[in-house]
Amino acid sequence: MDFHEKLVQNLVFKHGKDRENLLPILQGVIDQERYLSEEVILKISKEMSIPAADVYGTASFYSFLDIEPRGKFVIRVCKTITCAMKGKNQIIQSIENFLKIKVGETTIDKKFTILQTNCLGWCHKAPAMLINDEIYTELTPESVVDILREYKEEN
Amino acid sequence: MSNMVNLTINGIAVSVEEDKTILEAAKELHIKIPTLCYHKDLCVAGNCRVCVVEQVGNHKLVASCATPVSEGMEINTNTLKVRNCRKHIIELLLTEHREECTKCYRNGHCELQELSAEYQITNQDFIDLVPDKNYTIDMLSPAIEKDDSKCIRCQRCVRTCAEIQSVGAIAVAHKGSEMKISTFFDRSLDEVVCTNCGQCIVHCPTGALTEKSYVEKVWDAIADPEAHVVVQTAPAVRVGLGEELGLGSGTRVTEKMVSALRRLGFDSVLDTNFTADLTIMEEGTELLTRLKRALVEDDPDVALPMATSCSPGWVKYIEHKYPEYLPNLSTCKSPQQMFGALAKTYYAKNIKVAPENIVSVSIMPCTAKKFEANRPEMKDSGYKDVDFVLTTRELAVMIRQAGIEFEKLNDESFDSIMGIGSGAGVIFGATGGVMEAALRTAYEIVTGREVPFDNLEITPVRGLEGVKEATVKIEGTVKEWDFLEGVELKCAVTNGLENAHQLMEAIKRGDKFYHFIEIMACPGGCLGGGGQPFPVDNEIRLKRMEAIYAEDRDLPIRKSHENPEIIQIYKEFLEKPLSHKSHKLLHTSYVKREQY
Repeated sequence: MDFHEKLVQNLVFKHGKDRENLLPILQGVIDQERYLSEEVILKISKEMSIPAADVYGTASFYSFLDIEPRGKFVIRVCKTITCAMKGKNQIIQSIENFLKIKVGETTIDKKFTILQTNCLGWCHKAPAMLINDEIYTELTPESVVDILREYKEEN
Repeated sequence: MSNMVNLTINGIAVSVEEDKTILEAAKELHIKIPTLCYHKDLCVAGNCRVCVVEQVGNHKLVASCATPVSEGMEINTNTLKVRNCRKHIIELLLTEHREECTKCYRNGHCELQELSAEYQITNQDFIDLVPDKNYTIDMLSPAIEKDDSKCIRCQRCVRTCAEIQSVGAIAVAHKGSEMKISTFFDRSLDEVVCTNCGQCIVHCPTGALTEKSYVEKVWDAIADPEAHVVVQTAPAVRVGLGEELGLGSGTRVTEKMVSALRRLGFDSVLDTNFTADLTIMEEGTELLTRLKRALVEDDPDVALPMATSCSPGWVKYIEHKYPEYLPNLSTCKSPQQMFGALAKTYYAKNIKVAPENIVSVSIMPCTAKKFEANRPEMKDSGYKDVDFVLTTRELAVMIRQAGIEFEKLNDESFDSIMGIGSGAGVIFGATGGVMEAALRTAYEIVTGREVPFDNLEITPVRGLEGVKEATVKIEGTVKEWDFLEGVELKCAVTNGLENAHQLMEAIKRGDKFYHFIEIMACPGGCLGGGGQPFPVDNEIRLKRMEAIYAEDRDLPIRKSHENPEIIQIYKEFLEKPLSHKSHKLLHTSYVKREQY
């Protein structure tokens, strides 16, 4: 049994086959894989007896359930008005320069993906970003590079 | 009986059952409220908002299709506020609908177009969103075209595919302005679990889902002096075509259809009922052979229940969803494909035309038949067995284009040979018909007597019910079949793939055992097929069904094995059912397919 099959089977066993458990199962895959591949969606569809188009449709609805390949660390910079006014464009530019990729792209070593996101609820400490589930606030073009450097050195 | 609720609509008092909606209550008062996402066959969605009405005491308008009635409710359906609001809703729907009505396949049959005409939408108050819309037009399938630019996202197709058909080839994907009806990762309908049944087409209110049209190709063939164009017409076409040409639902137009086909220029006008009868001979013999193997030879490998294989939607469904049951599927080709294989062999020889000059056209109530004719294995005559498949609707297009006044046509009858069909052949068009036809013949072969039902009408397998069961006790067998003496032949009949899904699950669990099951992909059988006229609901299906059974009653021959042309083809060409030749031309095999 391959890794994906095992992952899906464990999640389905943990949460149950009923339709209302689809979201936690999709989230469980995201935690491990950062995105939902065609292969994984098909396996979930089969295990839960939900049409594959339906699982795909559900995943495509949610911004945090990616259906395109993502890096090990997904950076989501808040694009909503407070962060925008507090300089999120400069933050993004700084990240892009450091990682040598654009928003929406993934580094060749599959380590980083840069995305934008709607309000994270940290307007009082804008600008803010997420790296996977970690929040970083009151960013400056310099601090963001320091943060990323640490991630880069991590394996 | 449930409790009654009193309310007023436009000041008129009405009393309805408490589980009714405002829309249904208004209908009782003969007040029409426009709808788009609502369809009688489907669950309520309430997403298009076209049916909004004013409820006194509620400052917001309510969707009448999705709001249940309550005691003392006061509803107004025709106030200035309602009219203006509805008009704006239609205008907003049009902003994301690519309006090219004069070039649209559904022109004249589009619910959105009708509604815009009704509300005289002549202005453009809102920005046209279509140029910025991320839409795809999928034309890869041989049967169905899907054009997102015309989709108003009412989701009738999604509900149809999931609720009626249990297929789930299409679903709602993405959100907000990006929301669209999508297959698995937006693949072509040709690549996914889609059965091509076309129920999404008959339930779509716009031109977003249509059949792939072959009308021009057929006109080209008719115009080609070298080509001998043979046409076959399925049983359900003769009870549907009239609707599309302005006659009432369930009008029988067999003889007029024949004369129209001749006027269109088809060289031979023949009947699929003939090969329906042939299917009974082959499939009936196949069933009896399987029973013999199971009961006499104790063969553990014999697959029972045997399932019918006439419905190409069902065949593709089982290939995708229940591949482990493929040995249960009868190896008989559908009547359309049997006809195709014979048209370019037996018929060609008989009329002394070279098979390469024969163009074989079929008129079907079905869109899946277009896919079936394009299956790579359907070339047993040495050529493509069926060249083009038209739906009932496409035939009506040709009749109108040719300027034929259909109602005024004289009655004419089919050419021969392959033009005679029995009553058993006609009832293939209704759910339960194949079962009834098979029993009429098989019972008589085994016992030498007619089926013990009044006037040959096996009523337990008739009607629109989801799963119908019948048990026929076989008594007084002739010597050859005496191993069947006392056997209770258990049969089940189902229509619509959701019902088929339920039946297959029951068989899989071991809850039910049958010898023979008939499955038709569409609700009501072929008469409710994806190629039949718009609109459709159970009332219309029942009218078409009555017409089919009336057609059967009026035919002189009502049993397949008594059809003189069937007797003739076995004598001159095929020898006997399941002979070497019939295996080559009339039987087929199936493939396992992906589950998305």
